[in-house]
Amino acid sequence: MKRVARTGNEAMAEAMRQINPDVVAAYPITPATEIVQIFSQFVADGLVDTEFVAVESEHSAMSACIGAAAAGARAMTGTSSQGLALMYEMLYIAAGLRLPIVMPEVNRALSSPINIHCDHSDTMGARDSGWIQIFSENSQEAYDNVIQAVRICEHPQVRLPGLITVDGFIISHGLEVVDLIHDEEVKSFIGEYKTERSLLDIKHPYSLGALDLQDFYFEHKRQEAEAMYNTPEVIRAVGEEFGKRFGRKYDLIEKYKLEDAELAIVVLGSTAGTSRVVIDDLREKGIKAGMLKIRIFRPFPHKEIAESLSSVKAVAVMDRVDGVAGFGSPTFNEVRAALYDGPTRPPIVNYIYGLGGREISLEEITSVYKNLEKIAKTGEVKKIVNYLGVRE
Amino acid sequence: MATLKELSKRPERFTGGHRLCPGCGASIVARQVLLACKDPAVVTISTGCLEVGSTIFPYSAWEVPFFHSAFENSAATCSGVETAYRALKKKGRLPVDKEIKFIAFGGDGGTYDIGIQSLSGAMERGHKMLYVCYSNEAYMNTGIQRSSATPRAAHTTTAPVGKVIPGKKEFPKDLTGIMAAHKIPYVAQTAVGFWRDLTTKVEKALAVDGPSFINVHTPCRLGWGYQPDMTVEIGKLAADTCFWPLYEVEDGRAWKLTYKPKEKRPVKDLFNLQQRFKHLLKEENKGLLDEIQARIDQDWEDLLKKVEK
Repeated sequence: MKRVARTGNEAMAEAMRQINPDVVAAYPITPATEIVQIFSQFVADGLVDTEFVAVESEHSAMSACIGAAAAGARAMTGTSSQGLALMYEMLYIAAGLRLPIVMPEVNRALSSPINIHCDHSDTMGARDSGWIQIFSENSQEAYDNVIQAVRICEHPQVRLPGLITVDGFIISHGLEVVDLIHDEEVKSFIGEYKTERSLLDIKHPYSLGALDLQDFYFEHKRQEAEAMYNTPEVIRAVGEEFGKRFGRKYDLIEKYKLEDAELAIVVLGSTAGTSRVVIDDLREKGIKAGMLKIRIFRPFPHKEIAESLSSVKAVAVMDRVDGVAGFGSPTFNEVRAALYDGPTRPPIVNYIYGLGGREISLEEITSVYKNLEKIAKTGEVKKIVNYLGVRE
Repeated sequence: MATLKELSKRPERFTGGHRLCPGCGASIVARQVLLACKDPAVVTISTGCLEVGSTIFPYSAWEVPFFHSAFENSAATCSGVETAYRALKKKGRLPVDKEIKFIAFGGDGGTYDIGIQSLSGAMERGHKMLYVCYSNEAYMNTGIQRSSATPRAAHTTTAPVGKVIPGKKEFPKDLTGIMAAHKIPYVAQTAVGFWRDLTTKVEKALAVDGPSFINVHTPCRLGWGYQPDMTVEIGKLAADTCFWPLYEVEDGRAWKLTYKPKEKRPVKDLFNLQQRFKHLLKEENKGLLDEIQARIDQDWEDLLKKVEK
């Protein structure tokens, strides 16, 4: 283990260097550009033996990764925001063809209006594309998650692509202390990439991507869904093994002072770090505050969430995205649905915050707990969907 | 260059039993391209007639590894497969360590229009692959809609002949010229009906150390409106009228005609055989027909100036 200072982008590029994929096809986009840039330098300096393809768009980046993965190569790319949106069509194809492509993704707002800063609109837009989605709180997690994703995605029971997100600028460009694992240990942890079939196996030609009509399409989609059902167990096992080998254990969700909490917030990404400070402060004041951090958004850990929130008196789901759905944001709606089958159904509210990189302050998070306190006392939810830190 | 006898002895790698129309030009292109390739080949394809007509799960007409992922990305996908080949070869991890050729197919919609970015990118990056555009001059798979390859005045369902508009208003774009401007090692135009020209060009294209592109004029009996037994004749007439000249360009510089008609026939002879042009034969559209003929004559003159003497 080597302790260094790295930004989120640098940490993820470092993980990619250690993974040493066969093919990387990528295109620059703020704030993920650095990943591609740093990796290109690794290629130029001979630190990896990856074939790097500087494609002409994100659509082609994902298309080339799909071609490479279908040919039996370990393929990676990285993107953000509009880039992920341009890949949209190909995301479904990567998942449908069961190609375990791993992609760092830097969370950034979607146009319009154009904005280069953090929110989760891009990633949430791809939430039903069949990709595993792993959210990282900080650079360390981003680094660890990229390495684990290779194992998770390539697992024979899974074989699905996965994206690992960090919050744009806040983490992608924020310098933090990161413990790096030795190259050889990463190599042994991820192992060799083994495919069942390859387009380059000319002795066993097969047609991939055939027209699939009423008589087979549904079965193939059912198998894809089954793979996602298999994934939580694999994520846990990989997170467990990672913890044993490198000292940092990972699960589907992370609980912070939640065991005896009465008031809980649910968060994703970097806001978890800010929330810890607020919770510590509230705890000192005798308020039983806690947090549930969702690490894995896909597959959605509905059972774990329902169980973890079963004994709290009020819950607020913080979402850095507005689904513009007419009612609530994506994480809120899914957490709320998960609670339906839980042992209890605590009152729950939605907070939409931080769009387009709008800062979230300690005071704002504290105000969420204040509202939860009122709800817990009265049992009454005055407003289900709330906006935090916006001029209205 | 392979003789007809040699080609006839090679294994069929695009087999019969597919569901393309009788007289489909695209199936002739696919079969002849693969016959001309002596090495193992991996094929990618854009969404379109050739793809949906040749692969309906669990059936396939392809005896080579075949990959379709989407409409606009046959070139990008093929570039990924080709890159994987280089990566795995370098690492000694190829399943079979043999020289493999990479061939991307696309129709004119998937090549001239929605796929031109992906094609241009892959060619510029220098991947060792052959891109074959089977241009049947409209979106045939979705039901004969106009593309930027559709000829001036042709009837399609989105640029139909009506009471006030006589079909497509624009001339097609010169995609072969655009590809030549990429200055890649080999670019060519050929037509269905010229099997020797086509197979020779495929051999040349696959022999270069870099990207290559062949644009094939591919008659479509359904979209063009002719009897299925006329496919080859129409392809030949396209060249004989200089509507679709057969030529090749090496390194973007050396232009060479590979077929010069003994007698340059009027384009009317080609249009006569196709329903999509039948309105052009009416007296009131004579001006339009003359305009098209003048353009063909001019393009032919321009081409003759470019070719090596």
